[in-house]
Amino acid sequence: MDFVTRGFQGRPRGRDDRLPPGQYLTGDFPVLSAGPTSNVDHDEWELWVATEDGTRHTWSWAELMALPAETVTVDIHCVTSWSKLDTEWRGVSLDTLLADVGTAADFAMVHSYGGYTTNLPLEDLLDGQAWVAYGYEGDDLRPEHGGPARLLVPHLYFWKSAKWVRGIELMLEDSPGFWEQLGYHDYGDPWREQRYQGD
Amino acid sequence: MTIPDGPGPTAAYDGNLMAGPLSELFALDVSVAVVRCRGCGANAEVATLRVYGPDPGLVGRCPGCDDVLVRVVRTPDAVWLDLGGVSSLRVPAPKR
Ligand SMILES: [Zn+2]
Repeated sequence: MDFVTRGFQGRPRGRDDRLPPGQYLTGDFPVLSAGPTSNVDHDEWELWVATEDGTRHTWSWAELMALPAETVTVDIHCVTSWSKLDTEWRGVSLDTLLADVGTAADFAMVHSYGGYTTNLPLEDLLDGQAWVAYGYEGDDLRPEHGGPARLLVPHLYFWKSAKWVRGIELMLEDSPGFWEQLGYHDYGDPWREQRYQGD
Repeated sequence: MTIPDGPGPTAAYDGNLMAGPLSELFALDVSVAVVRCRGCGANAEVATLRVYGPDPGLVGRCPGCDDVLVRVVRTPDAVWLDLGGVSSLRVPAPKR
């Protein structure tokens, strides 16, 4: 599969056609944070997935590095209205991480070092739509952009792509995350401009 | 608006940035209010909180332990306020 074209598969390639409603293009990579930049050493870093029955799967940094990685080029859209086209990321697909995880869950709560959370439907993490990304534009992902590793779910507003990801809690029922508790949309589709609750 | 690059525990703003959106909710000046942190028990004037934002929302953290004390989001038609990290809020009021 050619992941390089995934970000605009099925959409016309004109720049304007790749810009969701209400967004503007930026060449920068703005840093938005709800707290201090987390600096987690690789030897302390761990990723966990917890299922609804309490089963826990964990990966050390070395174990994450040993998994097959993908390089993807995608467009990203921040709810604060900037969009950035053709960003290149390297990471492990959630399909790979969740391949051996048995669950009946329909929802996921993503947890970050530093306490941030965000919720999304589990199906939006699967089928080549989401990665645990540790590389950006050929380099290690820098801490202010979520390194050593962040979630990357480019088809939703970028607050769903949690920086400093540390765990994924699989849930039978949906539950709001950090910004979703405070007026932001539970799903956050930029093409339907789902910024706030009720959008 | 962006926060300057670079690691470290330094917030880009202090609690005075919260005075604007909070003035839509409170009749009194909240920047001089004293909040008590539910996590570490410290008392702090709102103006001394470590504030991150302003987008997607303002996050005021305890100067003692960095826990989230106050969150404020201004959507197009509402102000959302979370004081879940605070066990009390003392606002100076006119004598009566
Ligand atoms: Zn505290």
